[in-house]
Amino acid sequence: MRAIIYQVIALLAVGSAIWFLIHNTLNNLSARNISTGFGFLSKEAGFAIGETPIEYSPASTYARAITVGLLNTLRVALIGIVLATILGTIIGIARLSRNWLIRKISSIYVEVMRNIPLLLQLFFWYAIISETLPGPRQAMHPLPGVFVSNRGIQMPTVQGEGLFWLFVGLAVALVLIFGLFKWARKNQEKTGQIFPSGRWSIALLLLLPAGLWFFSGTSLSLDVPELKGFNFAGGMTLSPEFAALLLGLVIYTAAFIAEVVRSGIQSVNRGQWEAAEALGLKRSHVLRLIVLPQALRVIVPPMTSQYLNITKNSSLAVAIGYPDIVSVINTTLNQTGQAIEGIMMIMAAYLTVSLSISVFMNWYNKRIALVER
Amino acid sequence: MSAATPGVAISTEKAPKSSVGVLAWMHGQLFSSPINSLLTILSVWLLLVSVPAMIDWLFLSSNLSATTADQCRESTGACWAMIVEKHRIILFGLYPYDEQWRPLIATFLLVGAIILSGWRVLWNMWLLVMWTVVLATVAVFMWGGVFGLTYVENSQWGGLPLTLILSTFGIALAFPLGIVLALGRRSDMPAIKAICVVYIELVRGVPLISLLFMSAVMLPLFLPEGMNIDKLLRAQIAIILFAAAYMAETIRGGLQAIPKGQFEGAESLGLSYWQQMRLIVLPQALKIVIPPLVGLFIALFKDTSLVVIIGIFDLTQAAKVALTDQAWRGFSVEVYIFISAIYFVFCYSMSKYSQSLEKRLATGHER
Amino acid sequence: MADAIIRMKDVNKWFGKFHVLRDINLDVASGERIVVCGPSGSGKSTLIRCINRLEEHQKGQIVVDGTEITNDLRHVEAIRREVGMVFQHFNLFPHLTVLENLTLGPIWVLKTPKAEAEARAMKYLERVRISEQALKFPSQLSGGQQQRVAIARSLCMDPKIMLFDEPTSALDPEMVKEVLDVMIGLAEESGMTMICVTHEMGFARKVADRVIFMDLGEIIEQNTPEAFFDNPQNERTKLFLSQILH
Repeated sequence: MRAIIYQVIALLAVGSAIWFLIHNTLNNLSARNISTGFGFLSKEAGFAIGETPIEYSPASTYARAITVGLLNTLRVALIGIVLATILGTIIGIARLSRNWLIRKISSIYVEVMRNIPLLLQLFFWYAIISETLPGPRQAMHPLPGVFVSNRGIQMPTVQGEGLFWLFVGLAVALVLIFGLFKWARKNQEKTGQIFPSGRWSIALLLLLPAGLWFFSGTSLSLDVPELKGFNFAGGMTLSPEFAALLLGLVIYTAAFIAEVVRSGIQSVNRGQWEAAEALGLKRSHVLRLIVLPQALRVIVPPMTSQYLNITKNSSLAVAIGYPDIVSVINTTLNQTGQAIEGIMMIMAAYLTVSLSISVFMNWYNKRIALVER
Repeated sequence: MSAATPGVAISTEKAPKSSVGVLAWMHGQLFSSPINSLLTILSVWLLLVSVPAMIDWLFLSSNLSATTADQCRESTGACWAMIVEKHRIILFGLYPYDEQWRPLIATFLLVGAIILSGWRVLWNMWLLVMWTVVLATVAVFMWGGVFGLTYVENSQWGGLPLTLILSTFGIALAFPLGIVLALGRRSDMPAIKAICVVYIELVRGVPLISLLFMSAVMLPLFLPEGMNIDKLLRAQIAIILFAAAYMAETIRGGLQAIPKGQFEGAESLGLSYWQQMRLIVLPQALKIVIPPLVGLFIALFKDTSLVVIIGIFDLTQAAKVALTDQAWRGFSVEVYIFISAIYFVFCYSMSKYSQSLEKRLATGHER
Repeated sequence: MADAIIRMKDVNKWFGKFHVLRDINLDVASGERIVVCGPSGSGKSTLIRCINRLEEHQKGQIVVDGTEITNDLRHVEAIRREVGMVFQHFNLFPHLTVLENLTLGPIWVLKTPKAEAEARAMKYLERVRISEQALKFPSQLSGGQQQRVAIARSLCMDPKIMLFDEPTSALDPEMVKEVLDVMIGLAEESGMTMICVTHEMGFARKVADRVIFMDLGEIIEQNTPEAFFDNPQNERTKLFLSQILH
């Protein structure tokens, strides 16, 4: 009985608080002549966006502007996740190396990067890129076709018909590799012979696309950036904002991922290594069959929360001028005054990502949970 | 160990040279295999290329005494003179020059309180008392207006004291809210549980920046006409609400780690729900989660830098303001390094403390 | 002895500065059963772990079934195929079923087809009287059951030599007998060479051809069980026996 009373009180309290807030809000909004609702989305935006993966101009709608922001967020988050995972895994393994020098260097990296705020690191990288890099005319030229200046990084892009065949070759190679692994496993079960599927897969991955490209007439051309006047034309540009954001996110998060990987590998008992080696298993098999499956169980949950962090942290883009979704919606709500709709959209976007990752995590955890008594 | 029978000589052959000593260490640690040797050589080369240049720029060629920017630009090293010039702004923000001893004292008080909190002898009611006293004193010193201190509006507060205030007030006030949320999430009453779950998942699923925007932009709309909360307070509220959700999850983890027998034992003593929690369950749960809570504090300390984005003058903002002085243009790297060093010192010491704490607390729980 | 399956000559090992094995000379004949005992820290575990290269010796020579243990990995892997090991803490692979634990070695090291490996696994599971648990996971079994599975896992590799590193020390008392029975059965039915580090002196009396006493890294005394227990020669042996036989 008491439980029901408490719950009713709680619900009433929360309910009346929410009603109070909404009431005030509506009053305030009408007093300031701000409209409500999402009608503004179809109005003309009137502002330019620095980086647009899709077609956009100031004459496009707000809805389109926000889509551009969303794509920018996803772009930096996805590339950031991939790069941070690679860098973080390497550093995590380095922390366990037998080599003292490698161990110390990676430890220092982790401790320094984890203890300095991300925002500060972003400012730092942005300052380095915009202040210490030379202008376009004296741009650094590390590789043919690649230029590094304070206008960003210019890279050549690949175009032409050959590109299509390259992708076809890649797709076919992937299908073949999948089939190869399945066949190799069946074969091993039947005859006991181990087939080096790994090596053949790499060969297929490299040769098949190359072969198809070759036979299609090698009609690939490089669109190389060239200095025209004060700036570059052609090729692909990575803006200083994007570069600084990506650099900061990757370097910062890699430190945390390194710790996740290290503790995952260390969580596997020494005895597991010894038992597997005592059976006569090769080191690579010990890793693949015994250690990594157990380590991954410990690694995946905190790893996904780091991926979530990269996505949320990309919102700091607003501080260095990269037009991610928060930045675009911020501009929008400054112009239209419709703060509530704007912020609700931001939160909805991030909540969708977080909740999907949570759902995936729960599913994964249930699937791989070690069966307990 | 068996007792050595007296009179029986034990052979005292020394370990072969190849397995002890500096050479052995180098062989085992640095050159034990071809790959390792290659890595060692690469790393040493990398270090030789970068470290001397960095040391030169940071210390040897650096300029501490220049009085104008041009003098600094003449030397090739870091311009620490700028930091000397600007350190008051960076550390204390726009606080009136003559009164800056007050935020200085506030800073020492907060740092002292943090250090004392690490002393396990104090882990009881005294901690609560100490923190209440310290927070109140800090408020008095910063605001003034009483005891003959001139009143200083909080829009003039800034720099390191502000960062410390935002994080410590944030964690301190988020603590009780976090406990309530954690208990509520574990409750059997569906309505309470639902409210807590929704709050926690909502707040954890969005970036802090959106909450800060909410506080800066939406809070004025939520409040009735005429009622006004100043910007700093709004940001502080957002930080408290943010921290509470993460604390709730951490505390919930601690509650889950307590064996069911404790709850049952407490119940069988006839204690009320709140008495059970207060006397038996929470003290144990909180002890378990102290290391992760320290980690939360470190993270919050770093996250306060985000208030820069809504225009509040914390330590990071101080960096930007120091850089707007046209006379000292172009030395942003020095300023960022200086501020990074401050953050690093705080965060690294706290994380080292947390690690040693974890080791010591773990021994108490081993069977 | 001429046809020794394990030959250790002047073996020395240091852990850093600590001299853990001193001038060990030991020959084990094929089919011989040896029990190694001694106080903790005497180096007995280290001794048998050197035989399958889980520990590296710095001086001396170890030859197992004609192959010398060197830094050459192929030699080490060849030796490990012939030598099975049972650990104090079982070390079963928790993410694999009991059956998968047993077939892992044959499939990946001996390149046995899966059906044959599983048949062999079931045979050994029956031998250790645990075949009904084949599809369970290790965490679902008791300590004694896990150790029997561990023994079966090593047997699936058809080794010539079995090493036991304090196999019953981590078990609750009521489970020690079931594991010892399996080991006794193994000794009586197969012609396998067995080296067992243990404190179970009853087992030693029943099964061992030779009992070796180690202290402070040296082999102090070795003899047949009757001679060893009834007539110890060395003072240190007498002291140790008086401490454990009460």
